[in-house]
Amino acid sequence: MNIASLAIKSFRNRKLSVGLAIASIALSVALLLGVEILRSEAKSSFASTVSGTDLIVGARGGSVNLLLYSVFRIGNPTNNIDWHSYEDISALPGVKWSIPLSMGDTHAGFRVVGTDDNYFEHYRYARDRHLELQQGAWFGNEDEDEIVLGAEVADSLRYQPGDKIIVAHGAGDESFIKHDDEPFRVVGILAATGTPVDRSLYVSLAGFDHMHEAWQTSEDGHVHDPLAATASAADHTEEEQHAEDEQHDEEYSISVFLLGLESRAAAIGLQRRINQFEHEPLSAILPGVALLELWEIVGLVEHTLRAISIFVVIVGLSSMLIILITSINERRREMAILRALGARPGHVFGLILGEAIAITLSGIGLGILLVCAIFMLGQGWIASRFGLFIELNLLTPNLVYGLLLITLTGCLIGLIPGIRMYRYSLVDGMTIRI
Amino acid sequence: MPEHIISLNRLRFAWHGQPKPLLDIDSFDVMRGERLFVRGASGSGKSTLLGLVAGVLTPLSGTIEVLDQRLNEMTAAERDHFRAHHFGIIFQQFNLIPYLSVIENVTLPCQFSDQRRRKSISRSGNQRDEALRLLEHLDMADSSVIHKPVTELSVGQQQRVAAARALIGSPEILIADEPTSSMDADRRAAFIELLFRECEETGSTLLFVSHDQGLREPFDRAIEFDQLNRAASGSQPIDRSSDRITS
Repeated sequence: MNIASLAIKSFRNRKLSVGLAIASIALSVALLLGVEILRSEAKSSFASTVSGTDLIVGARGGSVNLLLYSVFRIGNPTNNIDWHSYEDISALPGVKWSIPLSMGDTHAGFRVVGTDDNYFEHYRYARDRHLELQQGAWFGNEDEDEIVLGAEVADSLRYQPGDKIIVAHGAGDESFIKHDDEPFRVVGILAATGTPVDRSLYVSLAGFDHMHEAWQTSEDGHVHDPLAATASAADHTEEEQHAEDEQHDEEYSISVFLLGLESRAAAIGLQRRINQFEHEPLSAILPGVALLELWEIVGLVEHTLRAISIFVVIVGLSSMLIILITSINERRREMAILRALGARPGHVFGLILGEAIAITLSGIGLGILLVCAIFMLGQGWIASRFGLFIELNLLTPNLVYGLLLITLTGCLIGLIPGIRMYRYSLVDGMTIRI
Repeated sequence: MPEHIISLNRLRFAWHGQPKPLLDIDSFDVMRGERLFVRGASGSGKSTLLGLVAGVLTPLSGTIEVLDQRLNEMTAAERDHFRAHHFGIIFQQFNLIPYLSVIENVTLPCQFSDQRRRKSISRSGNQRDEALRLLEHLDMADSSVIHKPVTELSVGQQQRVAAARALIGSPEILIADEPTSSMDADRRAAFIELLFRECEETGSTLLFVSHDQGLREPFDRAIEFDQLNRAASGSQPIDRSSDRITS
């Protein structure tokens, strides 16, 4: 039997208190890791949502808002864009492709997006990956009753190609105003991307506008739905109405459009030009810059979360200190016996410090297992509830430094009871004087 | 001329923060192979004296020589090594480690002393067999007992385990600090007889401390601690030869 096995047997003898110390560190480490993984995964998930788009153009407004509603389907457009503006800008030299997007309707809480085949052809996510169809086909630009579903929409609502879908007006989970006079037919289902694309439904711009025209007015020109008057006043400005009235064939009302350029270097110049567009006030944003602005906004929450988890780790380590300190009086007799048998104060110090290190390392190990188990079991739920596809990567520099710091702090904390016991072992002699 | 194994001169000791010394011993010698009985009241400082002799505590002044080596001149680490090699200690409450088995308790001193480990191996082949040999001498070698946690042993069995632990590796000096205080008269006598037998076999010197006057009879020599310690009696040191009962 050596000192290490003596320490292990002593551990076993105090299963409850040692177990509690390990559990408190494990829980705090799991929280720290969980927050850190969620934070970095949310960041990379956001960053991978849009790729290859050089400019996003919408009605004049804040860049973060524009980014959120155009790419992440969070929030609503402030105003619509005139079709002529879209055509003029798309025709500017240096513009390689453009994707128009119409928004404002939902189905079972999922956003409905009006767009054209450019979306399927040019939209990129996660470092230049194309959209793919897992079933069926993309709708034709002129097809007014066809709809393509994101993977998650089809999965959670169990839709198949051929199913009929009623779209509701507005962006909430529940809507009282439904376009039930214009059902859509599912023609395709996109492959999963791990981005908000999965949580959207796609119709042609023609279908999107036809749905609104048919719903807003009956054949005699009167409002078909009594609630529509209120909804229309709230959701459509006079300018929009005017634009809609003047709309001819292939002139659609759109909320935002994405631009891909021949050269990324031209983005700044084109952005300036669009921001000074004469026909109507527009905002053009660089997605990367807007993402950075978004991180600045969420930075405070991020720092707060991190601070909370660091405090929880401190509490976890403190509980270990408390347990070790309170066990010292119980163990003075044990240490006095060992001293009498020839153990040196260094042995006594090493036993206590070793115990603190073992508790810290066990706590960290258990915490890692816990967080792995939670994310493995909860991966599906997190993906469906928050749209976050968690990749468990514990070897990021942040996490490795964090865990090393906790280990080091655990060792330093172990010095306190270690030194205390060392001093006792020097003054207690072979019998304890308490 | 008999050889001194322990020799104390002009020794003074006080606990930290205490104004008066607890121990003030002018001179105290123990001969090699001697079985010495020191009697003193509880709290008089007997255990502190044992702590000083074993090198766990250090005096304010004076010298402590054990096996011709001055403990005062050793570093703390050297004293720890010295104690591990040369002392076997039996405590009042036996002080076995509760989470270790009988065998593990007995072999524990070998963990801290190469010398005692080597002696055990040279005598029985390995530490475990030496522990079993000692336990057998003490009627404790039953396999149902040796792997039991010591907390499940009777008081009598615990004494014998404590004795085996002190004796393993044949230390030159055996210190016993009130080891019989919780025993009845029959058990006390049997235990002392056992210690004497083991000391005889290994040639160990026995320094036995107790408050019980009735135990002094079988020892080579007996002294009153209060007469030895001037701090307690306020008197001059006594003539050691007057305390000798048997020679």
